[in-house]
Amino acid sequence: MKIFDPVPEGSQPERRYAGYVSTALRNPRQPLVLMPQTLSELTGPVYGHGPIGETDNDLTKHCADEPQGERIIVSGRVLDEGGRPIPNALVEVWQANAAGRYRHANDNHPAPLDPNFIGAGRTLTDGEGRYSFITVKPGAYPWRNHYNAWRPAHIHFSLFGTSFLSRLVTQMYFPADPLFPYDPIMQSIPDEKARERLISSFDLENTRPEWALAFRWDIVLRGRDATPFENKP
Amino acid sequence: MKYNGKDFVATGSQTVGPFFHIGLVHGENAGRLAGPEAQGEHIRLAIQVFDAEGAGIPDAMIELWQADSNGKYNHPDDPQQKKPDPAFRGFGRLPSDKQGKMVFETVRPGRVPGVDGALQAPHINVHIFSRGVLRHVSTRIYFAGDPANAEDAILRIVPAARRDTLMARPDPQQPGTWKIDFHLCGERETVFFNV
Repeated sequence: MKIFDPVPEGSQPERRYAGYVSTALRNPRQPLVLMPQTLSELTGPVYGHGPIGETDNDLTKHCADEPQGERIIVSGRVLDEGGRPIPNALVEVWQANAAGRYRHANDNHPAPLDPNFIGAGRTLTDGEGRYSFITVKPGAYPWRNHYNAWRPAHIHFSLFGTSFLSRLVTQMYFPADPLFPYDPIMQSIPDEKARERLISSFDLENTRPEWALAFRWDIVLRGRDATPFENKP
Repeated sequence: MKYNGKDFVATGSQTVGPFFHIGLVHGENAGRLAGPEAQGEHIRLAIQVFDAEGAGIPDAMIELWQADSNGKYNHPDDPQQKKPDPAFRGFGRLPSDKQGKMVFETVRPGRVPGVDGALQAPHINVHIFSRGVLRHVSTRIYFAGDPANAEDAILRIVPAARRDTLMARPDPQQPGTWKIDFHLCGERETVFFNV
């Protein structure tokens, strides 16, 4: 069983964030009701997913041919708040293609669809909490939140940890994107360090010569082991 | 190794955005928490999600997690001796349609231990995700008219005037279907929890 501390101030987005217009009508105005954690919150769907296919984590192999764009490797570890790896965690991703277009009926950005790219993948972390995906670098794309609004390139991540409380849906960004300061979705997180933790780092070690660049991104889910293991005085 | 818990802060949440269907919605059975063989009272749970202006939200996604009809979670940390129902999955996930609606198939959950070991009233745990929601909101579904509601420790924390927002009610038109509306904002705003 894990214990769950309150979320540190400023490390999570403001629910109602003026810069992101759609938040105004879709988030509570009343304060959240503080409640104790019970078995209902401390358990979660650890056996709920279907079987994972061998190429589910290689988004370049889901069609007849390879997709257009810059092939990349994205890998990292899933940890708890005690820094311990979370094995067998389901990691799901989805993203735009290299031109910044999603394969989705509601995406009307006039950029080309790629017949060889769907943009969805999933995997389970290994015994050390490691995950890895092969994909193409997604393009930036426009949205209508404000005049000339562009989203920085990102990959959507969805994670189940060990309980319903550790559930996380977030986005991974790429280093040194000039769009960061103009993106209200990223800027909705007040703490600068917390924002920076959403940015992957260039990963020379995992780059495959003559084949693909690599990026590294570690993810921390709420909760840590109940057994005290802090260093004692 | 020096881990004090503060060195590893939980990663910040970001919205699922409008295109989550690509990655998170696959499999026609995603809204079925209970197989046909599952024990207990089989029900359909019809949910509709609304914004502050009372418009149905067409790009929301809901996840449910609940105990089986015997009050057992299919999870290694549930310390109760009883065995989980093998025909019961306990987890479901569905996107909303154009009106903000979706229908789950499940069984009415049993009672599970809660604060200080006292049994909780039957309930289903809920996460709601959507474009415009940067950090998912969490709530619970209870069953209107269940005598156990009166003694539920979590319901007692909720201001009496707002408890009704957590109650599913039988649909008089469709026997076996329970309905609940979630209002993310506004006059009839659903109670959301900080856990």
